[in-house]
Amino acid sequence: MSTAPATGVPEHPSFLWRNPDPKPSYDVVIVGGGGHGLATAHYLAKNHGITNVAVLEKGWLAGGNMARNTTLIRSNYLWDESAAIYEHSLKLWETLEEDLDYPILFSQRGVLNLAHTLQDVRDSVRRVGANVLNGVDAEWVDTAGVAELCPIVNTSPDIRYPVLGATYQPRAGIAKHDYVAWGLARRADEAGIDLIQDCEVLGFTTDGDRVTGVRTSRGDIACGTLALCAAGRTSTLTDELGFRVPLQSHPLQALVSELLEPVHPTVVMSNAVHVYVSQAHKGELVMGAGVDSYNGYGQRGSFHIVERQMAAAVELFPVFARAHVLRTWGGVVDVTPDASPIVGRTPYENVYLNCGWGTGGFKATPGVGWCLAHTVATGEPHPYNAPFTLDRFVSGRLVDEHGAAAVAH
Amino acid sequence: MQLIECPWCGPREEVEFSYGGQAHVPYPADPAALGDEEWAHYVFFRDNTAGVWAERWMHATACRRWFNALRDTRTHAFLTTYRPGDPVPSPDPHPTPTPEGAANG
Repeated sequence: MSTAPATGVPEHPSFLWRNPDPKPSYDVVIVGGGGHGLATAHYLAKNHGITNVAVLEKGWLAGGNMARNTTLIRSNYLWDESAAIYEHSLKLWETLEEDLDYPILFSQRGVLNLAHTLQDVRDSVRRVGANVLNGVDAEWVDTAGVAELCPIVNTSPDIRYPVLGATYQPRAGIAKHDYVAWGLARRADEAGIDLIQDCEVLGFTTDGDRVTGVRTSRGDIACGTLALCAAGRTSTLTDELGFRVPLQSHPLQALVSELLEPVHPTVVMSNAVHVYVSQAHKGELVMGAGVDSYNGYGQRGSFHIVERQMAAAVELFPVFARAHVLRTWGGVVDVTPDASPIVGRTPYENVYLNCGWGTGGFKATPGVGWCLAHTVATGEPHPYNAPFTLDRFVSGRLVDEHGAAAVAH
Repeated sequence: MQLIECPWCGPREEVEFSYGGQAHVPYPADPAALGDEEWAHYVFFRDNTAGVWAERWMHATACRRWFNALRDTRTHAFLTTYRPGDPVPSPDPHPTPTPEGAANG
């Protein structure tokens, strides 16, 4: 590697994307430069040839929930609608590295969702059946099977919540979240899409049932179509637009340990004791649990949530008792009443909504980018996001993944 | 850990309380007159304020009574708490501590 003269400091590596100033007008403006916004931009260009697009990010690219999640990828959801969109996403993950020509460290190490009670077992076996019927790889493994797949799980019958078995999805796994964002951003930028950082949306200009432009901290930008990918901040945008969405924004916390030798070969999730754990490529144990109960936009949460999560982790993995926490953090997740997302039309003719992914948005990144790009390009929802309408809360056609989706929210 | 001022028991740790979401959402005055849209908004739609808003809490491990709080969702700081039926306090962003020092919860 060459060095800059007389400094001894290596030259900066080449930038993966430009850092342009906003143009006065775009065909499509995407609000939110996280995983979903970047994936939508990528597929608008790749699948539909639409490149006069701006992605507006109020902070830095992928610095919100994309930088704060626990990177788990799986598709073993109970209901047909969820299985379809998450399985579509998982299939895209399987070829995303080639598509982006960028390493994303996608590792299909499998996920175990542990069952600790007889009711857990019944629910899990039911979910495995539903998954198999939907073409999602899933199997039920007994306690010995759990011990074989992940030897460090405490499978003793003498603990408070003994492991009675687990569902197993071998194709599930993890990916390196930053690399995913960078790969998507580079591809979108190559296609000519403007990724505009430090650009906060302050309001909108409207004409009847159309939004004609976006008022931002970097000036006014006209738009043909508007797509909102703002996760926990969605409500503040829809409040400006004057329509309501059934979202509540909560803190969601996660943490990592110091770097350890490889000890954890898979992903383990447990509802009953409530923790999920994987080991990142670098060696940190990555853990998460449920949201903080109260509404919060603070990107941090309460310590007792972390304490409970650590207690659960040590109960399940006694070997972790001597590991040290390196850091904890929080993001802001937007939760819907049925724990399923909202992707599709709004009361405005040219505004599309992508929100409500709650605690599970990372895994959906390529899948929802694909579907939202289709929706924006054609004006019609893709079959995979068609069930996830805003008006299902009026029609009653909910996709109730609360408690069904193999994780408590 | 945050201390929350229960209007009956005084300041206690956050783990003693459970959360009830937005406060002052009245049951429809004439339920039979509501259409699907109005019912959906009553059942599923709540404000999601980034800033000071009124919300419900319950002191689950002690008096088990519900009360209301004004809290800033950006900082998570409690401004004040008050009993059901009491008027909504004005959301003073810089509340003066009471002689008991309790107003900040």
